[in-house]
Amino acid sequence: MITFDAVTKRYADGTVAVDNLSLEAPTGEITVFVGPSGCGKTTSLRMINRMIDATEGRILLDGDPVQDIDPPKLRRGIGYVIQQAGLFPHKKIVDNVATVPLLLGWDRGKARSRAMELLERVGLDPAMGERYPFQLSGGQQQRVGVARALAADPPVLLMDEPFSAVDPIVRTSLQDELLRLQAELNKTIVFVTHDIDEAIKLGDRVAVLRVGGRLAQLADPKTLLSEPADDFVREFLGHDRGIRRLQFVGTDGLRLRTDLTVPAGFSGGSPEPWVLAVSDDGRPVGWLRGDGGGEPEPYGTFRPGRDSMRSALDAALLSPSGCAVAVGEDGKVVGVATREVLDAALAEAADG
Amino acid sequence: MGEPLLARLIADGPPSLWEWFARNWDTGRAGSVKDLLGDHLVMSLVPIVAGLVLALPLGLASARWRWLYQPTAGVFNVVYALPSLPVFMLLISVTGLSKTTVIIPLTFYAIAVLLPAVVDGLGSVPDHVRQSAVAMGFTPLRRLVQVELPIAVPVVLAGLRVVAVSSISLVSVGALIGQGGLGMLFTRAYQNPFLPPVIVGIVLIVALALVADGLLVLAQRLLTPWVRARRAS
Repeated sequence: MITFDAVTKRYADGTVAVDNLSLEAPTGEITVFVGPSGCGKTTSLRMINRMIDATEGRILLDGDPVQDIDPPKLRRGIGYVIQQAGLFPHKKIVDNVATVPLLLGWDRGKARSRAMELLERVGLDPAMGERYPFQLSGGQQQRVGVARALAADPPVLLMDEPFSAVDPIVRTSLQDELLRLQAELNKTIVFVTHDIDEAIKLGDRVAVLRVGGRLAQLADPKTLLSEPADDFVREFLGHDRGIRRLQFVGTDGLRLRTDLTVPAGFSGGSPEPWVLAVSDDGRPVGWLRGDGGGEPEPYGTFRPGRDSMRSALDAALLSPSGCAVAVGEDGKVVGVATREVLDAALAEAADG
Repeated sequence: MGEPLLARLIADGPPSLWEWFARNWDTGRAGSVKDLLGDHLVMSLVPIVAGLVLALPLGLASARWRWLYQPTAGVFNVVYALPSLPVFMLLISVTGLSKTTVIIPLTFYAIAVLLPAVVDGLGSVPDHVRQSAVAMGFTPLRRLVQVELPIAVPVVLAGLRVVAVSSISLVSVGALIGQGGLGMLFTRAYQNPFLPPVIVGIVLIVALALVADGLLVLAQRLLTPWVRARRAS
């Protein structure tokens, strides 16, 4: 657990970057610091590994004040990932990843094989180990950055806007990858971002900071969306707060209809306005008019129980029928959530 | 030197050039071409190495304490600007007509080129790379040796190539005080207008410079494979 105990950072010119911050980042959870630029989120992060020292107050790492630990020793026990990955351009990928184990005095062979193992773990081909950073894409470099931070298996991971310099598609896959890794590793992660969507997606707890380094609200994402503490937090969350809250509403209770599917060769004769054509192996093909006219129209899918109401609603909005196709893990159709069912579920979510 | 140089060269022809070289390469007496080549190597290599050894700590200090940089670089630039002949004259009173009298100013010239190269090389380390080295727990010394200096190598080596070639060429000026290595072959031509030694001197100096430059390029390839990797990508 990381504890901020009335921490203030004041610079020589009088600027206050962090103002009397007290919070806890629990063990095994992702705590996100989010806020506009100038809110002191990066400064707060860097005070944990003493890249910046606090002016007042204490930061405790499992109860021990970090001020009492020699900085290089402290830092070798804390993984760190930054925006441009910060890879060493003159070292091969495998040696980049092996950096901290080597600093800790592991022998070379052991450090390298650990590095190879981690490359695989973050979804990279171990053959990439022999390349130099400039030969990798931004997304790949960032994965290497994560692998490097994890190399010595530190219990704590600090991440400073690690995914903000890559394009949105890569960012999404890196975020998913982080959540997958965290499910396996259970690190204590402090994650800094200016992107509220990223904060809500990744955070077990989200600390919203305001300019001047004051804590505006500390809550889990669902509470943050439904009960913002004040106007600043409400404004920072943005306009589609209601839609985003659906991310935390489950889909396991949805009643699915199974009588709306037809074989791919369907030629009309259904009383329903829209029916879902399904291939021989059970996968969705497209929506067809009940009278059999026209080509299959686009459809959207969600996995009941796994995906949120936001995904289900999104799937429904993608198809002309207004219905969302429920599929299993194998991609086969298990049923259809109709407009009426979704409507009822939304009404319930709005009440709750 | 009554006749035009080119006419003389044509009249003497390459065979006499080679003949002269073969006869004078190793005469067993002082002043053989072999001896001059050896002297030339010593007087050019010592300043290159000494210049690098001195420019490194100066550059590191200048990168660490920025206020130090401009005055230090200024001093060496002024020395660089001084014509070498009066500098030799001045030094003769201290070090006499020795190789040291040539080596000292050439070392200063080397520092004048290498000091900015070291500072710029260290400046070429991206900030996020330095930050991540700090965050991973490098001690300052280890960070310098394992991260910052290796990344500075391409810029420093580029400076070193200039220094190597200019040192090898500048040594010949020392002939004016009787310590010019292969440059001695040029001054002899004043007393005895005879071309082959001049040509041999020029060819050997240029060859030396090319070999030195080639070795440095080779060193660069071996030391910084990642620079080629970057260009290829």
